[in-house]
Amino acid sequence: MNRERLTLIALTGILLLSIFVIWSVGPPTLREGARSVLTRGLTSDPESLDPHKARSVQANEVLRDLDEGLLSYSAGGELVPGVAQSWQISPDGLIYTFTLRPDARWSNGDPVTADQFVFSLRRLVTPATGAFYAELLGNIENVPEILKGAAPPEDLGVAAPDPHTLVIRLAQPTPYLLNLMALPSTFPVHPATVQQFGDAFARPGNLVSNGAYKLDAWQPGSMLTLSRNAHYWNNAATAIDKVQYLVLTDENTQLNRFRAGELDITDTVPPKDAATLRTEFGGELHMAPYLGVYYYGFNLTVAPFKDNPALRQALSMAIDRDALVANVTRRGELAAYSWVPPGVAHYRPPQFPYAMLDQQQRDARAMQLYRDAGYGPDKPLHIELRYVASDTEKLVAVAIQQMWHDVLGVETDLVGEEFKVLLAETRAKQVTQVFRSSWIGDYDDAQTFLSVMESGNPANLTGYDNPEFDALMDKAASQTDPDRRELFLEEAERRMLEDHPVIPLYFYVSKHLVDARVRGWQDNMLDYHYSQQLSLAP
Amino acid sequence: MLRYALLRVLGAIPTLLLVIVLAFLMVHAAPGGPFQDPRGLPPETLKALQEAYGLDQPLLVQLWRYLSHVVRGDFGPSYHYVGYSVGELIRGTLPVSLLLGTLAILLAVLAGVACGTLAALRRNSALDRLLMGIAMTGISIPVFVVAPVLVLVFAVKLHWLPAGWTGSGGLARLVLPVIALALPQIAYIARLTRAGMIDVLGSDYIRTARAQGLGTAAIVRYHAFRPALVPVLSYLGPAIAAILTGAVVIEEVFGIPGLGELFVRAAGNRDYMVVLGVVVLYAVLVVALNLAVDILYGVIDPRVRRR
Repeated sequence: MNRERLTLIALTGILLLSIFVIWSVGPPTLREGARSVLTRGLTSDPESLDPHKARSVQANEVLRDLDEGLLSYSAGGELVPGVAQSWQISPDGLIYTFTLRPDARWSNGDPVTADQFVFSLRRLVTPATGAFYAELLGNIENVPEILKGAAPPEDLGVAAPDPHTLVIRLAQPTPYLLNLMALPSTFPVHPATVQQFGDAFARPGNLVSNGAYKLDAWQPGSMLTLSRNAHYWNNAATAIDKVQYLVLTDENTQLNRFRAGELDITDTVPPKDAATLRTEFGGELHMAPYLGVYYYGFNLTVAPFKDNPALRQALSMAIDRDALVANVTRRGELAAYSWVPPGVAHYRPPQFPYAMLDQQQRDARAMQLYRDAGYGPDKPLHIELRYVASDTEKLVAVAIQQMWHDVLGVETDLVGEEFKVLLAETRAKQVTQVFRSSWIGDYDDAQTFLSVMESGNPANLTGYDNPEFDALMDKAASQTDPDRRELFLEEAERRMLEDHPVIPLYFYVSKHLVDARVRGWQDNMLDYHYSQQLSLAP
Repeated sequence: MLRYALLRVLGAIPTLLLVIVLAFLMVHAAPGGPFQDPRGLPPETLKALQEAYGLDQPLLVQLWRYLSHVVRGDFGPSYHYVGYSVGELIRGTLPVSLLLGTLAILLAVLAGVACGTLAALRRNSALDRLLMGIAMTGISIPVFVVAPVLVLVFAVKLHWLPAGWTGSGGLARLVLPVIALALPQIAYIARLTRAGMIDVLGSDYIRTARAQGLGTAAIVRYHAFRPALVPVLSYLGPAIAAILTGAVVIEEVFGIPGLGELFVRAAGNRDYMVVLGVVVLYAVLVVALNLAVDILYGVIDPRVRRR
């Protein structure tokens, strides 16, 4: 065979290989029927659709479409009945009795029963499950012991006296327990499926769900396809037949696909300023206050910030937060003068005492405190600021570096790092001085923010350890009267703010592009948007 | 030839082993771990998780276990995607990346060689300068600029092609990614071909053929083409590596669930097993491709074969 023929055969072979590969990639998924398919973007792939192993915002978003807990949220962000159609709370606030609706069904037709909730909650608190959110249930009887491994999961204070009644016994009154029962971590799992497939029960083909949708397909890194669960008790109200979640990590990619009409809802928007986006997208751009705070924390375990509240306050006061949100971040964020965001249910966050001053007055006071701490032009403070190496964060860091320099004369070294590296260093508390961090609330109650500052909480990255604060939090936790509880919580926050363990900078804003055809979208502080509540106009 | 190939394959095994060990050590040296989270885990839960995945063992024990599994073809579980194995995550992304890479290389070689040959034959003409000017811009403009511009023009403004991969249909979604991926390589290959062709066309045996009355087309086809491609062939090795790595950006911009994206995500998540699996795959690919290129040398240029 001569060389020519060999080359020809090789080329044909390559061509056939290409065709084979194209074919094996799979049939293209077309967007059928404009009315029945909703396409949403996700900035990151869910790590798992097992409610107990999921921990990211995106995984929880998909889980809210697949499953339903005892309670749920309305489109406007109000707590409403879910699988539980009613509940009773004992006068001492320690016993909750839920009555489950008799027509609740799994996607395979099985009825949803109370013993399944017992199974699921026990699995949540079992240490071997490795659930990140298990600690949230810390007030249910015996949970701390179970989490330590000192008691078996069967000791959990949850019981099912009959198939439609669930009783939860608490060790302490927990006013936000109902909010917790709407979180994906407390969603039920189908026991037979878990027992049959183990860790693989959440894979498409195995997963049985009790919410408005069931899981058809999931290619990790690519796309999730959900379709209507005909057995869902409220299926008659579900308008959309099929939901596609496209995993698109790049914000600009989501933007372009939205512009091209390939995406109905984006879950974020690139960091362009709000005015430009508003001009292009008008009412399709949704920006609303979000239950999250962006802050700079101090490492309180080492110099120079250890035992130095005056210096910490000086640095906090010297930052012009209003200028920061108006000129640097520019996406409608709210300047933060407290730790808990405004708008949280039954709570009026106390502010820093200097919130009402203008920036010049703050700068003057800051300079005074700085000198009192022993620093000045001939002895400037030299510190390191660590942030996550991304464009927006760098802008904020540079702006603050400038502010500290102009007002106080502080020399700040900026260190940009990868997210997990920064997190590891922050936890180790060896090299960090000032570090960037953020906290997103899990439920609509001040507890989710204030508990972060309790000593011993793994989420407390500063090392803040104030027995007075802890005592006030404990007092608040034991109150059954909501008004008295509010007073204690607010006092706790006031006390904590005085110590300045953190510099809250701004409160987050949720940002989405929502196609004009999508109906039923309501902005809310938790940024929950169940597909079941949406519909598409023709 | 067969003996040569076999010896090369055997020689590659220690290289692969070294790559795996180094990658393993580096991956574990990175601060942070797969179960790091701002929320923090209670210590007992963290311990339970680490025990379940064998992460509490000393590093060398973990390395030994990993190697003993790899030789059996088991690349371990993903730490991030619970219930999924590394093998199946890679199998899910590999066809797409292979498809894109193959088409991009084909396009790059065909278009690059054609442009380069044309430019060489019309050396110093306006056409030559034009083609080489375009080639220069193709090399200079990075792929993360070219790709979004292509999307903006062809998908958003003109609506000729889909803006993304997932959720779109058919072969149309291949066009923009392949072009974006191939463009810098077309440029390089065109320049290489032109240089090689000019060099070969100045050789004695070409002058002899021309003196004997052979036309340009025939000269190029039978005598000049293959030797001129030798530098292109040398470049194919790095070209394929560049396509594999450049693909990450393309995959991000177009939302393609490919190998590069899997790799970057796994690194960020500290999903050690997936990272190592992809590294092993890349290493095997590079070794195999280098071997293929060396064999092709012999096919292309008879003067090399005499070795």
